Amino acid sequence: MANEYFVRMGDGERISMTKEQIIADLQEGSADAADLGDIPELSGDELDKLADIIMDSNRIVSVEPGMEIPVTHDIGSIRIDGDQGNSGVGIPASRLVGCMMHERGFGADTMELGHIDYSFKPVKPVIAQECQTMESCQQNMTVPLLYGAMPNLGLYYTPDGPFENPGDLMKAFKINEARESIEHAGDHATRDITWIMQHLQKVGCDGVNFDTIGAAGDGDVYASLYAMKALREEFPNIYIEAGMAGECTLGMHGELEFEGNVLAGLWPHEQVPLAEEAGANMFGPVCNTNTSKSSAWNLARSVTFTKAAVEASNIPCHVDMGMGVGGIPMFETPPIDAVTRASKAMVEIAGVDGI
Amino acid sequence: MPISHIMASGLTGMRAAGDLVARMQFSEDMRINEAKDYVSKKLGVEAIDLGDEYVMREIREELDIGVLTSVPGCAKGIASKMNIEKLLDIEINCCDKFREITG
Repeated sequence: MANEYFVRMGDGERISMTKEQIIADLQEGSADAADLGDIPELSGDELDKLADIIMDSNRIVSVEPGMEIPVTHDIGSIRIDGDQGNSGVGIPASRLVGCMMHERGFGADTMELGHIDYSFKPVKPVIAQECQTMESCQQNMTVPLLYGAMPNLGLYYTPDGPFENPGDLMKAFKINEARESIEHAGDHATRDITWIMQHLQKVGCDGVNFDTIGAAGDGDVYASLYAMKALREEFPNIYIEAGMAGECTLGMHGELEFEGNVLAGLWPHEQVPLAEEAGANMFGPVCNTNTSKSSAWNLARSVTFTKAAVEASNIPCHVDMGMGVGGIPMFETPPIDAVTRASKAMVEIAGVDGI
Repeated sequence: MPISHIMASGLTGMRAAGDLVARMQFSEDMRINEAKDYVSKKLGVEAIDLGDEYVMREIREELDIGVLTSVPGCAKGIASKMNIEKLLDIEINCCDKFREITG
């Protein structure tokens, strides 16, 4: 064990590896991202620095003084009062109290308000309640407070929504019908998101966090980008954060476009220009964690993807680093050693503008 | 987990100047160094001070832009944001609404 270091697997389990094994995983992880995204691998110096971060003997590591960045928050106060399904800790508290706890108790740089379902669609019937809560929160808080929710196109398909499930249609080889269903769902989601944010902006909301864009594939991205465009046109000063769900946009439809650009198959450095064009002023690139690989492999891969997105971007990039993304283990309470190593690496090597 | 990130890399919000830097990123699409330069010039400090609770505590109280602990008489909530607007030369939506309502 003398020449071995504690690292984590992608599921959070503690393992030990030699320096040579760690470096091999770093090279392999970076090469995998470079191959998939057609982007540069990390340089030798960058891999050395990443190895030093991972092999640091301390449990907690941090950025050098002066390198600190803002940490934006998703999921809202559901982290406090939500159930395990949202990784909530089940403390009964109002959403105002939850938001203020993040601001005053946890040192959050921004916060967001979210509905308990955390999708846009179910907000429609309770929009007045959301406006009232947003108004109370804005009156009591100092840090930027966005409204956060998932585009979640899945809720527009049967049995939860009005349009036939494209998965069922594809199984029956009804490809054109499946595509039409995705297009209808996308247009409805755009309309719903825009309508919800129109109401919230009227009561003083700072802006919107689109959380997990693309979770339902390219239709989800299509709906989100057109909603951003509509909101930017109507509210020139609105804060728009575009947080992605995955490293690659899945082509559930395959031919959907935004302003002439096909959405399917885009990697983070190709997603960010479209978010910019749509009107976002913050982008959250994602790289998904592979639970069967080491944290060295996952972190090198994530830093490689993120660095390329940061370089391609003209707007601030706040990399998504929740459970199972950005080199963080896929585990509800990710080990602090793994989180702080990933955090430092993203700031000091990928050059992110925030997390 | 978010607290691990805040401790490792965060500007720590109102403990220091994290909310101000984040506001400039959102308001003006500023990248991290540009936002830090802008805020530090407005505050009259070095960029490294923006994450320093010792420096920022006094400045936040002096400028009345919101402090972490509940100091009687200090601006809180929307009142602190109205001072932040003036300090950073930006407009904040809820402050606009407040002015509309109060005339």
